[in-house]
Amino acid sequence: MTTALWDALGTVVDPELDQPVTDLGFVSEAVVTAGHAHVRLRLPTYFCAPNFAYLMVADAYDAVRAMPSVTTVDVGLEDHFAAAEINAGVAAAAGFAGSFPDGGDLAELRLTFQRKAYLASLDRLLVFSGATSTIAQVPPSPALDALLSRRATLGLDCSPDSPLLLDEHGKEMTPLRLRHARSVRLSIDGNAGFCRGLLRTRYGEC
Amino acid sequence: MLPPLDSGPTIEAMYEKDGQRYFVVDGHIHFWDARPSNQANRYGEGYINCFYDYHRNLSPESEMWSLEEFWKQSEERILHDLFEVGHVDKAIFQPTYLTDFFVNGFDTTEQDGALAEKHPDRFIVNGSWDPRDGEAGLDRLETLAQRWNLKGVKLYTAEWKGGSKGWKLTDPWSYRYLERCEELGVRNIHIHKGPTVYPLNRDAFDVADVDEVASAFPGLRFIVEHVGLPRLEDFCWIATQEPNVYGGLAVAMPFIHSRPRYFAQIVGELLYWIGEDRITFASDYAIWTPRWLVEKFVDFQIPADMTEYPELTTERKKKILGLNMAALYDIPVPALDAVPA
Repeated sequence: MTTALWDALGTVVDPELDQPVTDLGFVSEAVVTAGHAHVRLRLPTYFCAPNFAYLMVADAYDAVRAMPSVTTVDVGLEDHFAAAEINAGVAAAAGFAGSFPDGGDLAELRLTFQRKAYLASLDRLLVFSGATSTIAQVPPSPALDALLSRRATLGLDCSPDSPLLLDEHGKEMTPLRLRHARSVRLSIDGNAGFCRGLLRTRYGEC
Repeated sequence: MLPPLDSGPTIEAMYEKDGQRYFVVDGHIHFWDARPSNQANRYGEGYINCFYDYHRNLSPESEMWSLEEFWKQSEERILHDLFEVGHVDKAIFQPTYLTDFFVNGFDTTEQDGALAEKHPDRFIVNGSWDPRDGEAGLDRLETLAQRWNLKGVKLYTAEWKGGSKGWKLTDPWSYRYLERCEELGVRNIHIHKGPTVYPLNRDAFDVADVDEVASAFPGLRFIVEHVGLPRLEDFCWIATQEPNVYGGLAVAMPFIHSRPRYFAQIVGELLYWIGEDRITFASDYAIWTPRWLVEKFVDFQIPADMTEYPELTTERKKKILGLNMAALYDIPVPALDAVPA
């Protein structure tokens, strides 16, 4: 397994869990041979939501395809009820709608979970360094970097003078919405723990 | 509107601990047949294997079954696991048909009803409906309600049906069924949000449709199974605004063993957002057995460092374990006075 390939796959996140697929144990094979990349993905259950699965396979395909050292790509999902359709759709660059007629596209779904990921990163930062009024007042930390990258993804204000307590739509947060951000973080972290556990149950310790 | 139903004779509360009595209603159990002979295709096999991984992942070592044991449980085993050793006083069947996955269905009202009729003091049978069955399904719902004296239904919005990819509570036909439920006195609407078995672009776990119908049908009670997991945060957000939305703890309960801090967060969040009167216990038998869940819950405390959460007092535990669900189903509850010394 090459470091560059692993790094490329490390940019792919599970949209629901907001963690890299490499950390989650979802990459079971990754190798580049003479310019050909071979990647296999696996998930915690046979019935993991196929829309999220599609996003991960497609994102992995794009990330690997962008590597200068790679000329051909074979990315495949295994042990999943919709694996055949997802793999064929991604390989043919058909898009989700092309792979699943009437499926629609996944942009809105991805956005919903980017918003959740941002709210969770805000609560994580608040637990880590407490509330301040502006971004500039927050001491540098990985938690701050995580928050800013998720803000940037959503197109929210990332300037030093921007308020720290902005909601996922760029509005100042009410106390209730701030409390909701806590629930979002606990939920995502809890789900990630469950998914990791189920993956271990399914495939053994890795 | 049908006349109120006789809920059977009052039964003694079984579980006692530290001088306290607990009346336990297991709000979500199954009597399923997932043997290979009943599996219609790879989806049926995948479905039960997925459940079995849940079982293996979250059960204590001592409570783990073989896959063969997990496929189907005998009447004797169910009575033993729930009532002889499981501390359960009353259990509610939540059918899950899945007729596209299992030849005779996975767990139907008729399968559950046969057992319930033999032990009427122990079981309550819920029905089910699917808005995609249209007018004929409305008639079937009425027949089902009369045949089994239904007070509740279990809905599975992710169920595959021919070419359909699941449905939403806000679909026009769903409104017709909810209206019929109101007319029939079937007031408890249990909703399972699960991953769709066909790819959808929307989030199949989304509970926004519950929000809308809860407002539209204030006379019905919407019990969201698995407290909305994996969307606990969305469930809490809508449930706090809708007084007739409840959270069922099936699937959340077993975290009490494997990840007690996460379990504390789930219960803490629920107490914070929706309060002690709208949280209901369930084992999701036969994925898990109730004995250890009840015992651990009675002994459970939210860790002291989680200061943002209310205390899980004995009174709150009594409500969650049985009194809340008993109120929804008009189950007579014996006096839970302190045990005489």
